[in-house]
Amino acid sequence: MTAYILQRVFQAVAVMIVVAFVSFLLFNFVGDPVDNMVGQEASFEDREAMRDSLGLNDPFIVQFGRFLGNAVQGEFGISYRLQRPVAALISERMPATLELVGASAILSILLGIPLGVYTGIKRYAMSSRTILTLSLIGVSLPTFVIGILLIYVFSVNLGWLPSFGRGQVTQLGWWSTGFLTVSGWKAIIMPSVTLALFQMTLILRLVRSEMLEVMRTDYIKFARARGLPDRMINFGHAFKNTLVPVITIIGLNVGSLIAFSIITETVFQWPGMGFLFIQAVGFADIPVMAAYLVLVAAIFVTINLFVDILYFVVDPRLRVERTVSAGGGE
Amino acid sequence: MKLRQVFGGILVVSAVAFAATPATAKNTIRWASQGDALTGDPHAANEAPTNSASRKVYDTLVYADKDLKFTPWLATSWKLINPTTWEFELRKGVKWHDGSDFTADDVKFSFERVLSPTSDYKKQVNSVKEVKIINPHKVHIIHSGPNPIFPNQLTTIFIMSKAWSEKNDVTKPQDRAAKEETYAVRHAMGTGPFKLKIREPDVKTVLVKNEDWWGLKQFPHEVDEIIYTPISNPATRVAALLSGELDFILDPPLQDLNRIKSTPGLKIRQTAQTRTIFLGMNQGKDKLITASVKDKNPFKDVRVRKAFYQAIDIDAIKKKVMRGYSVPAGIITSKFIHGHTPGLDKRHTYDPAAAKKLLAEAGYPNGFEIQLDCPNNRYINDEGICQAVVGMLAKIGVKVTLSAIPKTIHFPKIKNRETDFYMLGWGVPTLDSHYVFSFLTKGADKGWNGTGFNDPEINKAIDQIEIETDFGKRDELIGKVWKKMKDNVNYLPLHHQVIVWAMNDRIDVPIVADDGVRFIYTKFKK
Repeated sequence: MTAYILQRVFQAVAVMIVVAFVSFLLFNFVGDPVDNMVGQEASFEDREAMRDSLGLNDPFIVQFGRFLGNAVQGEFGISYRLQRPVAALISERMPATLELVGASAILSILLGIPLGVYTGIKRYAMSSRTILTLSLIGVSLPTFVIGILLIYVFSVNLGWLPSFGRGQVTQLGWWSTGFLTVSGWKAIIMPSVTLALFQMTLILRLVRSEMLEVMRTDYIKFARARGLPDRMINFGHAFKNTLVPVITIIGLNVGSLIAFSIITETVFQWPGMGFLFIQAVGFADIPVMAAYLVLVAAIFVTINLFVDILYFVVDPRLRVERTVSAGGGE
Repeated sequence: MKLRQVFGGILVVSAVAFAATPATAKNTIRWASQGDALTGDPHAANEAPTNSASRKVYDTLVYADKDLKFTPWLATSWKLINPTTWEFELRKGVKWHDGSDFTADDVKFSFERVLSPTSDYKKQVNSVKEVKIINPHKVHIIHSGPNPIFPNQLTTIFIMSKAWSEKNDVTKPQDRAAKEETYAVRHAMGTGPFKLKIREPDVKTVLVKNEDWWGLKQFPHEVDEIIYTPISNPATRVAALLSGELDFILDPPLQDLNRIKSTPGLKIRQTAQTRTIFLGMNQGKDKLITASVKDKNPFKDVRVRKAFYQAIDIDAIKKKVMRGYSVPAGIITSKFIHGHTPGLDKRHTYDPAAAKKLLAEAGYPNGFEIQLDCPNNRYINDEGICQAVVGMLAKIGVKVTLSAIPKTIHFPKIKNRETDFYMLGWGVPTLDSHYVFSFLTKGADKGWNGTGFNDPEINKAIDQIEIETDFGKRDELIGKVWKKMKDNVNYLPLHHQVIVWAMNDRIDVPIVADDGVRFIYTKFKK
């Protein structure tokens, strides 16, 4: 067990180094940050001096090595754009993103699962067909179009919800939350719906197909033959068995929700990490981009690590195979 | 139709509801633009939005007012007492936001800070050698050589408190290679019309009225509070104005202007900006990089440059690409800038037939191929303008490949001389032609003059303009330089950008050609 986990942790670190390396390679193509940092009047010598002081004239490998060395110590430098430490910026923005992602995940689960079960059971009902058709919109419309549409209807025409920002936030230690004020709740509705739509559709369709599959199995037929009530069969027997793959997908998708939130955050001016990243790209703000990409890689890797460990715990076959192969004298 | 009326009705009701609530309490302005100021440190980033933000909290010695006229501000008067010394009388009775007195010490300190290595304004006032305090309300600023337009250069040199800066360890602007942020990045204490209350970069900035501002008698503004939120997505920004969540947006996209104008309760203001968009043609190199002509540089021939110029139908670009919001330009300086004359600003005629003939005379009857480099996120519809240029040049047989790239990649290409044919825009903070000359006409070897154009006679005239204290002679020289550059088509001017601000009927904010908001002129609807 310990060896297995150690091996996985080792792999995770390797993945993160590769991500950092590739993203550093890409930074060569985002342009020259110095241009954004000094006014148009700065002379050639001033620019060179600044480039030197930032270490941008060093060879790629030296820059990368320095980044790794600092990153290991938790030091990500200072944002070229905002002139503030990157670590502070990211920890300030993280609550906004996590609240948005959390709200979207809950929304997509609370809507996706019941709708999936419903359309799985009543597969020929008109209502099921309507839900399925509508859910197609969720997968096919790009996020920013959905966001702008919602803004148009609920902010411009109806005037019910704010079109941008987080509303009034309350500071709980280092965590800023929008959940303690009415304006905060109002502000999170449209962004979280926008972000949740795709995930909800995914969960809905997954649950539905799993339900259809389970409903065909023998033990459901036997349950029916025993004369159990429908409710018990549907939820007690069928639904329970659909959950294993659904949970896996949901777990993995929290990572992609964080990644997808970039667009949603831009549309709604949501002050989260994704928005910070997009602005960093426009400015060629290398310290912020590097830190963000490593962080997202870390999130994905951590989730995967937990999923792997969970499999190990849940699935006895994995353990057996390993002992057998280890015993094989490799 | 009915549904639309219902929606329209709701919109008006909600707009009124939104507008009515804060107005009863105090005069708050909620506004947005595309991006936030880079820093609160007034000497760390010489960039228009940052200058505009600093101007609300910090004062300058000389102020550019809403018509860009130079107005006495912290200095009440100034004069040249000998060719290299400017004398400034400082305003009496001015208080810092913390209640302390503003004196000549603060002016001396601020200039030292501005001239320090990490400052981004050191080039702007690099002629300053020393600030001598004559008495607490008089300074002599001594220059290394004559500088006739020194007061013009002061409208973005913000004065900081010496005591406050020393107390908070910010006697030097932020060093970007450092690991910590300095106190001045998110805190500000000036003598200006507004005090900084909340500063959350990229999220929200709240300013409140400085009740003790020295200028309240002269500019009795009614603004109690300003809430600024950067909103980077243009559609969201416009939606927030339409829904009544904002009173004012600085940069509405051109395609939404009709929508805004036709919405009851909203209006737009427009003016020509102090920024001119133009094309540069590299005429310094012996061979071009992307041209199909390999043995020589066709841009060295004035006939080729003029052919390019005359092939461009600027009115079509104005109408189709800019939706009417541009002013065709004959020189790279607009009407607010010293040295501009309507005669110079008149373009060479649009004449594709003449252009084709000029090309043939120069030896290219069938044209040639070349690449046009263009930014796609810097100027208003920059990429669209370049696409139009490509089509127009095709009509005289020049086959242009367009490369539209982000500004962070585009600008280094110009400065590293890696482009033959490029788009650039130039703004003029000093409002004097010399600023344009020093960056775009001189410096053929490095810097912003990507044309490589280098005329010794013109350069000599520009050196003279820099130090000429006889303003009649100086103006004559400026006119000569512009005329020669225009005749030689060293640059291909396109248009002066037009800026548009949108706001609701609750307020009236006069538009300023440098795109910097001066809220002290705001009028509220009673």
